[in-house]
Formats: sequence, C-alpha cells, structure tokens
Amino acid sequence: MLEIRNLHASVDGNEILKGINLKVNKGEVHAIMGPNGSGKSTLAKVLAGHPSYEVTAGEVLFDGKNLLEMTPDERAREGVFMAFQYPVEIPGVSNAQFLRLAYNEKQKHLGAEELDPLEFKDLLKEKAKLVEMEASFMSRSVNEGFSGGEKKRNEILQMAVLDPKLSVLDETDSGLDIDALRIVAEGVNKLHDPNKAVILVTHYQRLLNYITPDFVHVLSGGRIVKEGGKELALELEEKGYDWLKSANGKSATVAPQAG
Amino acid sequence: MMSTELVKEPNRYEEAFRQATQGRAADEPTWLQSLRENSFEQFEQAGFPNVKQEEWKYTNVTSIAKASFVPVLTSNGTALSKDGGLTRFIYEEARHSRLVFVNGMFREELSSRSALPDNVVAMDLREALRSSEYEATVREYLEHPVLANGFAALNTALFTSGLFLKIPRGITLDAPIHLLFIGEGAAENSPPAAFPRVMVVAEENSSATIIESYASPKDDGVYLTNAIVDLSLADGARLQHYKIQRESMGAFHVATTRAELGPKSSYNSTAINFGATLSRHDIHVQMDHEGAECSVDGLYMVDGSQHTDTHSVIDHRQPHCTSHQLYKGILDGKSRAVFNGKVFVRHGAQQTDARQTNKNLLLSTGARVDTKPQLEIFADDVKCTHGAAVGQIDEEEKFYLESRGINPALARNMLTYGFAEEVIEKIGVESIRRELDAAVLNRLHVQFEGVS
Repeated sequence: MLEIRNLHASVDGNEILKGINLKVNKGEVHAIMGPNGSGKSTLAKVLAGHPSYEVTAGEVLFDGKNLLEMTPDERAREGVFMAFQYPVEIPGVSNAQFLRLAYNEKQKHLGAEELDPLEFKDLLKEKAKLVEMEASFMSRSVNEGFSGGEKKRNEILQMAVLDPKLSVLDETDSGLDIDALRIVAEGVNKLHDPNKAVILVTHYQRLLNYITPDFVHVLSGGRIVKEGGKELALELEEKGYDWLKSANGKSATVAPQAG
Repeated sequence: MMSTELVKEPNRYEEAFRQATQGRAADEPTWLQSLRENSFEQFEQAGFPNVKQEEWKYTNVTSIAKASFVPVLTSNGTALSKDGGLTRFIYEEARHSRLVFVNGMFREELSSRSALPDNVVAMDLREALRSSEYEATVREYLEHPVLANGFAALNTALFTSGLFLKIPRGITLDAPIHLLFIGEGAAENSPPAAFPRVMVVAEENSSATIIESYASPKDDGVYLTNAIVDLSLADGARLQHYKIQRESMGAFHVATTRAELGPKSSYNSTAINFGATLSRHDIHVQMDHEGAECSVDGLYMVDGSQHTDTHSVIDHRQPHCTSHQLYKGILDGKSRAVFNGKVFVRHGAQQTDARQTNKNLLLSTGARVDTKPQLEIFADDVKCTHGAAVGQIDEEEKFYLESRGINPALARNMLTYGFAEEVIEKIGVESIRRELDAAVLNRLHVQFEGVS
C-alpha cells in the first residue's frame, strides 16, 4: 500500500529525514518510535503534505501512485489520513459542518453518494459512539475549547467518518489520561480491517499495550536504526533510547523489512 | 483647495432647505424651526467633512458632496407593496412588529404592529412632534448636541420623518422591533437623499430587541442614507440593538448611533456593514451612570471598491461600568476599511472593565485597513485591554482542513466564514443569523449549510 524509498526531507533548510525506507502492506499496523527530535513527526507530516516540509530526495508510492506529487487534499481523498499531534482549532466552523464537507468531498471524488445535513447527522451519530463523543460536540466549533483528550477523540472521529486506507497517528497518545487513551485505542482497533493500514507514531510504548503493532521501527537522527516486532517496543520501554545511540549511524537493520 | 471646494457644495441643499421650511412652517413648533435654521447654518459653514479633519482622514466623501442628491421631503409612491417586494426584507420573528420606512419616510401601510403591546409607543416622529405628551421628550433629544459634523447638521435641518419609540417601564418585549429602512434609488440624475431620525426611549427595567436594517430592492440603486438613531436606556433597561447595513452597492450610507446608558442598564449592539459603495458609522456609547454595561460588536465585509468606516466612542464617565467591543473585518478586492475605536475612562471612573478588539482578515493584496484602537485612561483602578490585528488566512488552519480532503479554495472560504461567525453566531435573532450566513457564503461563492 505504502512504499517509502530513501526519503529525505528538510524544514527551513535543516535536513530532518535522512533516507527513510519503509514498506507498509494492507492489514498491517506499524509503530514508529524514537526519541524526541528523531524525525517521527516530520515523517507523519511529510506523508500528509504539510507545506513547511520540503522533500529533497526519495519517493513515496501510495497504491502505486506518486504521493509526493499530490496536494494535501488530494492525498486525503485518495485515502491518507493523519491524526494531528496538536489538532488545530477552527473557530466559527462547526464540527458537523466541517465533517460533512470533508465527507462529501471524498464521496464526490469516489463517485459515491453525497449526504445532506440530516442524512449526515445519522452517520455522525453512529461514528461518534465509537469514540464516546456526545452530540453536543457536533455543533461546537472544530476543536475550539476542547480538552486535550477531546481533541484527540475528535481526530479519531474524523478518521471514522473519512474511512481512510492509511491512517498515520501522530503522537495520538500524548496528553491523554488512561480512560481517553483506552477510548482512542479501542476506536482505532475497531476501525482497522485487513484492507487498511495504520502507522502509529509514538514516543512511548503505552499506546502499544492497546494497539498491537505488527512491526516496530525505531527512528533516530532521521534514519530508521532498528526494526523488529512488537517485542522491540517492550525492549525500548525497558532500556530507553540511549542504548540505540551506538547503533545510530550504522543504521543497522536487524529485523527483516516489513512485508 | 479641497475644503473650500467642499464648502461650496452645500448650495445644492439650500433650495431643499428653503422648500422644506416653507412646506412645514405652519406645522412645526418654533423651537424646531430655529433649531433647523441653526443646524443648516452650521452645515453651510462647515460643509461636508474633508480628509484634513482627523476624524475623516481616511474617508473621502467628495463623491457624496458632488452628487446631486435630492432630499426626500414628502412620501412619494413606492414600487413596494405589503405582500410583494417587501417580503424578503422581513424577519420572521418581527413580522408583526415591523415599522417600515421608504427613503426615510415612515409608511404605516407597509408596517405591522399587531405583535406590539398597546402601551408601546411607536409613532412617526412628525406625529410625536405634534403630540402634547411627547413633544417635550422629542425636543430634549433633538436639542441634545449631535456630532459636530456636516452630516449630522444636515439631518437635523432636513429630517422630515422618522420614529419615536417608547418601551414602557417594566415591559419585556418578546418580538424584536424591526425598523426597516428601504432605499429606493432613482435611475435618473437626481438620486434621493433620505434623512431618517429615530429616538428610542427604553424606560426603567424594560427589555427589548431592536433591529435597524437598511436594504434596497435594487442592487445598484444610487441614493444617500444619512441617519441618526438616538437611544436612551433608563435605570436597569436592557436593549439589544442590531444594525444591519445591506444597502445597494450604489448607495452611500452615513449613520450615527448614540446610546446613553442609565444606571445598571445593559446595551448590546452589533453593527453589520456589508452594503453601500461608501459607508460610515459613528457609534457613541455614553456611560454616565454606575453599573452600566455594554457590548459593542461589529462585522464589516467589503469587496471591489467598497469603503467602510466605523468610528466608535465608548465613554466611561462613572465607576463600575463594563464595555466589551469586538469588531471584525473581511476585505477583498480593492476595498478599504477604517476602524477608529476610542475608549475613554474618565477621571473617577474606577473599576471600569473595558475590552476592545479589532481583527481584520485581508483576502487580497489590494485591500487595505486603517485601524486605530485608542484607549485613554484617567482613572487608576481599572481593567482595560485593547488590540488590533490585520492578517491573512492562517496556514496551519488551512492545512488542517486540506488534510481532511477539502480543496484549498474551499478551505480558505470556510476559514473566512468561521472568522465572520464569531460575530454572527452571537446574534440573538435566528433569521438575522441565517441571512448573514447566507450573505457571507454568497460573497464567498460557496455553499454549505449554516450553523447546525
């Protein structure tokens, strides 16, 4: 589904990603872990097409198409979704308006049926149950005045409505208490199926107690320095990231490439 | 050069003034006749304001001075009928509490007041001037010195009709009162000039909503509206005031709002400026008594070569008063906006809470805003903030929408809509919210449902 080859990216002239290679197949859950400043969030933003990040080398194929040539909205309509680490507040635009518009843009793209406000309300009600969000959230401005946990739940609600093929969750666990973490994780698990893929970007292992990854990749200094199965996350939890620093630079790949 | 040139322009109004004086001499009390004469003299001396005057620095009204406007002194026929052309200007909530004016002249036959309690006084100002009961009150208002500028002086000299509205003590009105001002432009070379004059007396502990809207059946009709609205709030009175300016795109709109707040009274004003080729709104809120509070909000949205100017004065003269002000502007094309907001906190006005914000969104490189929030504080125990911002669409917000599959143009429009909503969503009359939502979206050429 997704193939990243030798991806280099920089922001304001500083190279952050220095040659990422990653392959994600349908049905898989990948975790990208790494210390602060390793480039994890940059990778997520580059996949979503954030304008501040410049891709200087490499390529990304999504279902065989050149993802990097697409604008952010085209990527979304093709089925790429990024849950933001810091969801943005949009004053004056209600959650329901925003979601219906986004939903209909995608339906239009797929040649599928668009929904009017009433029809959409029913769909939204159904999806909101998944993240235990009350109806009152739908008429409130997007993320405005939401708590940290509410914002993250709102991201997963958007994911549920847009039904993406590939979901990239950028530090979705950060700032969540244990109940919110459980709700968010259960939401992600329920949305997952053999035709979809998930990339979890996270600093800590705790999210992986709820969502079991098939593969774990450790990013450091803009490169993947270690790869393995879910047990690698536990090892990181135990040892921290410092022991990887010796491996850094060698970019030793001990585990087989995903897929 | 410009100022001398402008001073000469009033000559055109001289004839109208002479005509008007002859027409109503028998009808009007002598105090009013001399007031009108003094006002007209003032106008002749000062002329229309010019850009050398600080308060008119960014707003050039030469086009008004040079146009051959003909003051409307009598009711002419109108193309509007009660069921026909009027319908689209009527707010459902005020269907039977509406007072309609055409080119400044009150029209009983287009109005409907069945939803108003009997003890609410709503009469043509001409009638109030002839009434032994209200003449003294009207006189007090009219003799109260208005803004020292040519427009205000001209209104006092030439107003023929208008409204006297009294909301009696302790009364809470359920239906909003809608003052609907229709501008019917003339096709020929002498466009009409309307001079409506309104007085609102909100007695002790009364509560009401007043909608003051300006509209035109034709999008390009040329005319001038030069209005003065005076509001006085007695002890504990509450007034919601919505001024909706959607004049024709060929029209000129100059208006003054003056509110005097009694003890513990509450005045909430929202002024919308969408229409007119040139508009200027002066709003003065005077807080002469303790414990009064006001919110003075506004939204202007202009495009093309439109020009809109808001001058606001909020005057804290006594302790324990609160004023909150939020004005937002959206500018596209080569439009221009001016916001000048003065907040005075006078000597001894302790415990004042005053907040003022002006935010502008520029959608094009050709648009321009001149904003000047001004806070002058002469008391030491106060809480005051003010700020102004001029900016473009926020890129992070835009990316967020795009990352959900919304195309860049639509994302921009949604954010612009959201920017306007902060003012619109606070409006307490649903039909107005819906109208403004639609107007904003129409201006942005997009369609999506309003607030759900």
